[in-house]
Amino acid sequence: MKQNKSDPFIPNSVPSIRDKMLDAIGIKSVEDIYASIPNEIRFGGALNLPSPIRSESRLRKHVEQILSKNRNAQDNINFLGAGCWQHYVPAVCDEIAQRGEFVTAYGGGQFGDHGKWQAVFEFQSLLGELIGMDVVSTPTYDWSAAANSALLMACRYTGRNEILVPETISADRLLQMYNFVRPVASIKKIKMVSNTGLMDTSDLRSKISSATASVYFENPTFLGAIETGAYEIVDIAKSKGALATVGVDPITLGVISPPSEYGADIVVGDIQPLGIHMYGGGGLGGFIASNDNPELIAEYNALLVSIAPGLRPGEFGFDYSTFDRTSYEKRGLSPDYIGTTQWLWAIIAGVYLSLMGPVGMNEVGKTIMERSSYASKKLGNIPGIKSPSLSNLFFKEFVVDFSDTGKTVEEINIDLLDRGVFGGFDLSSQFKCLGQSSLYCVTEVHTKDDIDFLTQSLKEILT
Amino acid sequence: MTQPHDNYHAARWNEPIIMEMGSEGQRGVLVDETDQAILEEIQNPLDSVPQNMLRSSKLKLPEISQAHILRHYTRLSQMTLGFDVTPDASSGTCTMKYSPKVNEAICRNASVLDVHPLQNPSSLQGILKILFDFEQIMCEISGMYKYSFQASSGAQGIYTNACLIRAYHESNGEGKQRNEIITTAFSHPADAATPSVAGFKVITLMPGENGYPDFQSLLSVLSERTAGLMVTNPEDTGLFNPHIPDMVKAVQDAGGLCAYDQANANGLFGVVRAGDTGFDLCQFNLHKTFSAPHSAQGQGTAAVGVSEKLAKFLPTPVGDFNDTEYVLNYDRPDSIGKIRSFLGNVQTVIKAYSWVMSLGADGLKSVSETAVLNNNYLATKLMQIKGLDLPWDNNVRRIEQVRYTWKQLCLDTGLTTSDLARKMSDYGLQTYMESHVPRLVDEPMTLEPTESLSLDDLDAYVAVLKDISAQAYSDPESLKGAPYKSASDQLPQNQFNDPETWAMTWKAYKTKRE
Amino acid sequence: MIINPISGLGGRVGLKGTDTTEIVATAIELGAKPESTIRATTCLKEIFIGLNTSVDIICPPGIMGETSARAAGFSPFVLPIQVPDFTSAEDTRIAVEMMVSEKVSLILFAGGDGTARDIYSVIKDSIPVVGIPAGVKMHSAVYATTPKSAARLVNNYFVSTDINLKDVEVMDIDEDAFRKGHLSASLYGYMKVPFERRYIQGAKSGGIESDESAMSAVAHEISRRIEDNILYILGPGTTLRAIGNALGVDKTLLGVDLFKGGKLIAEDVTNLQIEGIVAKCNNPVKIIVTPIGGQGHIFGRGNQQISPSIIKRVGRESIVIVATTNKLASLNGRPFLVDTGDPEVDQLLSGYIRVVTGVNMESVYRVSD
Repeated sequence: MKQNKSDPFIPNSVPSIRDKMLDAIGIKSVEDIYASIPNEIRFGGALNLPSPIRSESRLRKHVEQILSKNRNAQDNINFLGAGCWQHYVPAVCDEIAQRGEFVTAYGGGQFGDHGKWQAVFEFQSLLGELIGMDVVSTPTYDWSAAANSALLMACRYTGRNEILVPETISADRLLQMYNFVRPVASIKKIKMVSNTGLMDTSDLRSKISSATASVYFENPTFLGAIETGAYEIVDIAKSKGALATVGVDPITLGVISPPSEYGADIVVGDIQPLGIHMYGGGGLGGFIASNDNPELIAEYNALLVSIAPGLRPGEFGFDYSTFDRTSYEKRGLSPDYIGTTQWLWAIIAGVYLSLMGPVGMNEVGKTIMERSSYASKKLGNIPGIKSPSLSNLFFKEFVVDFSDTGKTVEEINIDLLDRGVFGGFDLSSQFKCLGQSSLYCVTEVHTKDDIDFLTQSLKEILT
Repeated sequence: MTQPHDNYHAARWNEPIIMEMGSEGQRGVLVDETDQAILEEIQNPLDSVPQNMLRSSKLKLPEISQAHILRHYTRLSQMTLGFDVTPDASSGTCTMKYSPKVNEAICRNASVLDVHPLQNPSSLQGILKILFDFEQIMCEISGMYKYSFQASSGAQGIYTNACLIRAYHESNGEGKQRNEIITTAFSHPADAATPSVAGFKVITLMPGENGYPDFQSLLSVLSERTAGLMVTNPEDTGLFNPHIPDMVKAVQDAGGLCAYDQANANGLFGVVRAGDTGFDLCQFNLHKTFSAPHSAQGQGTAAVGVSEKLAKFLPTPVGDFNDTEYVLNYDRPDSIGKIRSFLGNVQTVIKAYSWVMSLGADGLKSVSETAVLNNNYLATKLMQIKGLDLPWDNNVRRIEQVRYTWKQLCLDTGLTTSDLARKMSDYGLQTYMESHVPRLVDEPMTLEPTESLSLDDLDAYVAVLKDISAQAYSDPESLKGAPYKSASDQLPQNQFNDPETWAMTWKAYKTKRE
Repeated sequence: MIINPISGLGGRVGLKGTDTTEIVATAIELGAKPESTIRATTCLKEIFIGLNTSVDIICPPGIMGETSARAAGFSPFVLPIQVPDFTSAEDTRIAVEMMVSEKVSLILFAGGDGTARDIYSVIKDSIPVVGIPAGVKMHSAVYATTPKSAARLVNNYFVSTDINLKDVEVMDIDEDAFRKGHLSASLYGYMKVPFERRYIQGAKSGGIESDESAMSAVAHEISRRIEDNILYILGPGTTLRAIGNALGVDKTLLGVDLFKGGKLIAEDVTNLQIEGIVAKCNNPVKIIVTPIGGQGHIFGRGNQQISPSIIKRVGRESIVIVATTNKLASLNGRPFLVDTGDPEVDQLLSGYIRVVTGVNMESVYRVSD
């Protein structure tokens, strides 16, 4: 112990306590404990790490100074979405997300952590109500992880090994999907209709076969469109005995049809829009949902929390359902895996849905569509810009085509950044067919002034 | 305070299910209405949505006023024993330690909360610098060459290791041939599950007479089909397998790669480095060993480290510094692709970085030395309890955790370890971890007191287990119904596992039970 | 409930089992005490505490059950039979037959391997049993670890709906040979015992892997590996029966069967039949066997039909060992045992051997020298 001050996080680093404990064990030094480690692999020297910043005040200053180099969506106006979206986070969500009891809990059982179990069961219940499904999982890592696991569930359930996905899904998601499913299944891409970005159902009809385990599509699509072909796609999938797996942004569902209404077998999506900050992408959390079909439930990788009546009247208890299907129990026999995921965000999504209620979810959906319509229209009025560039209905995201402006999206975004605006996501590398296009995201956080400022800035940049 | 908490009783609020709370018309929060000026310029967008794409089913979310929602969730939090509430030596293998509040405060900042992962890297220099600097720190701690922080849990980190091993053999044209991953029975279940998900056949080495696999058992399975070794060390038992350096070399001589699952690394800072031991890959849990909070089961981050020859396979993007700016490199043709969306849980990395910066090299060594000291002190004291033993050699010291056995007590009393574990809840402690699967130790109990527990905490913990052992011998029946003072009672398990009664949502519960 | 009152008499006085009346007389002369009655009473007292009058006890009179039941507080229904001073296997069988006609829901018995075998001969696997360990020979897996744990199983069986039944081996050894120092165990069959699904304490604690699903995973893996041109010698046991199911054939439980080209070509074969068929066969031959749970024999117990010469002919690399991880765990780190009768073959089998434990899952385990 070279330090003359005991570490505030290590109570037994006080030398006198340490000596007392060594005596009790009957050893001279901690080195005796390490005797079983072969000398040849013992690290001899001292780790070459930066000098510690031991006072809390200085440490905080150090880290906050580094972080201040970030530009954030509070001080700037952000139009980026593409899988991580800026929505309003009610103060009660922040409050509960700070509760130390939740923040520092982990895998405790139902006796010690009853409250955590109930909160997660309530998340499953609230989300189940929103998406119209009787079974909702505890969180997965994110939407992509949920989609990956759901698609393998479909493969096991159907005994087939081919997955059909729209070519419009994000490159980020597709990279994860390829890596994940390839030992088991192959992925085929279904074309989009070029002027709408919606799934080309004739291409779907030509590619689907008796080997298809599932047809996966998103609503809204990655390009923001409301997939109005949902009923037809589901029908085509079912006619070939494939499952319809739908990825959904839950914040749309106060106004838009939940996938249960158009017959989805499995629903996946992300809970980040429901009261969770973006955290540079760390706010994501996925879910898997379905009807209460025991044969399908047997294929879930994710943990499922079930309720049961308590022993005392009016009380309830919670525990995992069918835990023995998970990778914790099956080890190498498991066809999928689960671990620590994003449970705190599930609790917060539950808080959010409680706060919003049915009226709030309807209102937020409606106002988002109004604001995004306004933004799209305003941008479309700027010479050289085509907005919306695809003729579809959209929710919060829409494609803006800058091809005729003579500038690239990258150049425009750099100019916007100078003005304190995070421009939309640059689609030009993944979607070459769309030219110099950008995916703009407008939500309930964007005021008319924000949108007008964007419009004004673009006008200036493009002249 | 070294006596059991005789008068403890958990908060027991008997909170209703939120779906049943409130009354029609109540609101929790109001939504910002669209400006009139906007409405004047657009047509109602809902008018153009086809009727069948508009929600037709009634949305039966509860309608509750704000204070009541806050109170409900605050009460639920009070019925949750996080580390802030209880000194948790019970969750062995989970490395429950104090998560410094300063790191929470730092992340409660718009520059962490409200940043978008696709922002121009020039506007993310703070986060990218921390990712870069922390990578250098991790390389030094582990002796590895390069890191990715995309994976968001230990299991996902181990899965990433399996994908990297697969990519390496494929790049050598041996992808089909090298299809066997070797692990050990006392490594985490994910060391067997994730390579299986990645398409490998998994060979599990069973423990020999010392509690860990013999070197010979490994040699007997090595062949041209060997893809790699994926193990924890110390294993779940707390025993450090001294054959590991030889095993690593033998696997590599057979053409395989070796991955060190560092889930159990809390006793090894500055003591053993994965790189020095010869491992090709490793993964650390930042939400455990590096103090970022466990967050009720996530967010987490796995720091996945690799040797130089594997760096090109790491998930995309990786961080870099180009002399003027921190950047994200996406142009990586050999990469396994993506494991998690965007950059993973960056907030966890920030907390881990801040924790290491507060400790430095000496502080980290102190973390490990104190963790193993606490563990061995606890073990010494617990060995005086009737009916409790160490499996295998009592004279070999465990590192940072111990898997004990209550076999003798259970033979004497007819109880099971689960009966004893449940009783912990009556003292305000977490039900202890019994064992991962497979349960090779009879009537197991796995404890891990990290550096965060004080001597008094440890003595109190020992007193509780002593008390429980005494009750087991004097009045075993009384333990079968335990716990009696926790927030929840023991419930029959079949209700949760029978399709007729299980219910993952309130709606399903109502349908099935009413 | 039934007690074999002479069970266990031999153990404390150095006799190995009490299968004949002469031995019983010798044992009593040597001062043996009625262990099984004492143990049964301990167990019944626990059951009385747990279940009280919610369960009806049906038992034979006197030392075969009634005495212990009354001592524990029960008022049992006593079967109208005579119990001699020195009871025999036949007395056990008669009593069990009467219990069957009384439609009992569970048979609790105290005894040893012989007792289990006698009960098995009447009921096979039609009624669940719980064994109170009281005998000298305890190779059968039907026994709880202690009288108290037997009581716990019984209590849970009647109270909880969360009980699974599993098939366990009924083993016995030839007592005559055993007394002369030679161990020769046979597998007689399988009975159903309740087992408790362990309380699952959350993500990190784990519970017991469902043996049924683990076994079907093993069977699935083997069925994937089966090749048409190979002759398979399939040993006895539930794991092998599960493999049979996966292959779509009705594998005998206790016998050795031969499988080739998608069907069983011979069932319940003898040593000579195997040698005859193998001699005429031009195809490669493989042997698939599973160790005996809790005990570890892979050859020489329950599958003596597979002779050392056949093992030698097939070769070590063509022997496939299958077992669930739980079964390996039940060996508590003890190695697999072989006792083929040919030291040379035993030596050939020694060392580490791969074990198929599931789909794409193997383990490696040591075979004793």
